[in-house]
Amino acid sequence: MTVHELRFPIKDEAEILKLRAGDEVIVQGHIIGIRDRTQIRIFDEGVEPPIDLAGAFLLHTAPNVRKVGPGRYEKLCIGTTTSARMVRFTEPLGAQYGVRGICGKGGFPDEAIEPMQRLGMVYFAIVGGAAALETTQIEEIEEVAWEELMPECLWKFRVKDFGPLTVGIDAHGNSLYHDVQAAANEKLKEIFARF
Amino acid sequence: MSTVATDLQGTVEDAAAYLYVWALKDIPQDLRDALAAARDRETSVPGKRVLETIHRNISIADSEKNLVCQDTGIAVYHCRVGEGFALHPALIYDALRAGTARATLEHPLRSNAVHTITRENTGPNIGYRLPIVHWEFVTGWDGLDVKCVPKGSGSENMSFLKMCVPADGVNGIKRFVLESIVGSGGKPCPPGIVGVGIGGSADYAMYLAKEAIMRPIGTRNVDPLVAQLEDELYGLLNETGIGPMGLGGEVTVLQCHIEHADTHMTLNPVAVNYQCWAARRASAHISAAGEIEYDREA
Repeated sequence: MTVHELRFPIKDEAEILKLRAGDEVIVQGHIIGIRDRTQIRIFDEGVEPPIDLAGAFLLHTAPNVRKVGPGRYEKLCIGTTTSARMVRFTEPLGAQYGVRGICGKGGFPDEAIEPMQRLGMVYFAIVGGAAALETTQIEEIEEVAWEELMPECLWKFRVKDFGPLTVGIDAHGNSLYHDVQAAANEKLKEIFARF
Repeated sequence: MSTVATDLQGTVEDAAAYLYVWALKDIPQDLRDALAAARDRETSVPGKRVLETIHRNISIADSEKNLVCQDTGIAVYHCRVGEGFALHPALIYDALRAGTARATLEHPLRSNAVHTITRENTGPNIGYRLPIVHWEFVTGWDGLDVKCVPKGSGSENMSFLKMCVPADGVNGIKRFVLESIVGSGGKPCPPGIVGVGIGGSADYAMYLAKEAIMRPIGTRNVDPLVAQLEDELYGLLNETGIGPMGLGGEVTVLQCHIEHADTHMTLNPVAVNYQCWAARRASAHISAAGEIEYDREA
């Protein structure tokens, strides 16, 4: 198990390839907040996102914010939502926009493993519900697009020491979620045999 | 009579507004203790990292006076109404609704309530049949107990019902609970409280599962047979290795609580309702005279 510090957006693919499932990661730089409706607009409605996603780190979130001026928002409480609902966007995010990292809670099902390996992407597991901590690590909301989707807009946050995150799925075909499920299903067989 | 009722209605509204925000920010001591014990016994590296982070998060929520989790949930209340409490439940409901809306607007809190078909927001965490209230009526008493349990959606989405047949027996119940929790993986923010409702009917089993997650952590059902099943399932669930946030580890659940009802001879319903690690709840005891005593631990 290794601890890494990464700065996003990422330019060098090697930064992603060095990560292995189970590793700890702290993120610096800029991250993009995105959620169900944001991705439905991009992919199902075919609207180009007005914020560059090349090399980006996406966070599954619908932040609790206060409006302080036109297009300006101040954070109140920012946490992370369940990722599994949004797994089908993984491949096009990587293939069409060059997204490198997706961060959420609860993991992606196995269908994300192949596109993440092929496109050099990583799934980062955050601690769901730990919003008080996460809010302190988001320094500023720098940009907001598609305000009419509030709170499921496209958000650009500047972060400091964002994490700790765990590499849940790496770019080499390894998924902690897959391994934990497989082991748990074996364990269930053993438990049921005792009944 | 009407003057008293009006005052009591304002009192209940005040209590609801206070409880909703308080529950979201200041989690009960039994939960803090259970999470600390979980951190101390967890051995997996990612699991320990998760539990350490949860611990840091709770400290920051305390010091920054921020919400523990951003999901302000769906407001669920449990009311124990004494027969002598001089405010009709219809007005108690109005007061809970008004208090929920007031807390949402004044704090402000994220409003999660939407129409179930149009998905349009219906108001400050209120809507048609929102908030949700569980009622219990008590004879020979003139007080009102209100417990607020903001219920997050990540864990609520991991709710399951199975109409087992009588021949499935208790093993069928255990099997379904175990399969449900393993299948949920990291999605409901483990380690949390697994609420199980058994018996009654399909709808009542799920209602009982929700009652079960509202109990203080580690309390046991008064029926020794059910309490024994709680102990057994708690042990088995923690053998699965799902671990904190589904990343693998010793601690998959903080507890398993079961509520039961007698049922039809041909029924054997089992319902699972999950409560995430941020198992928020806060209570108020209101006297007949309208005095409020707040209680984080009930």
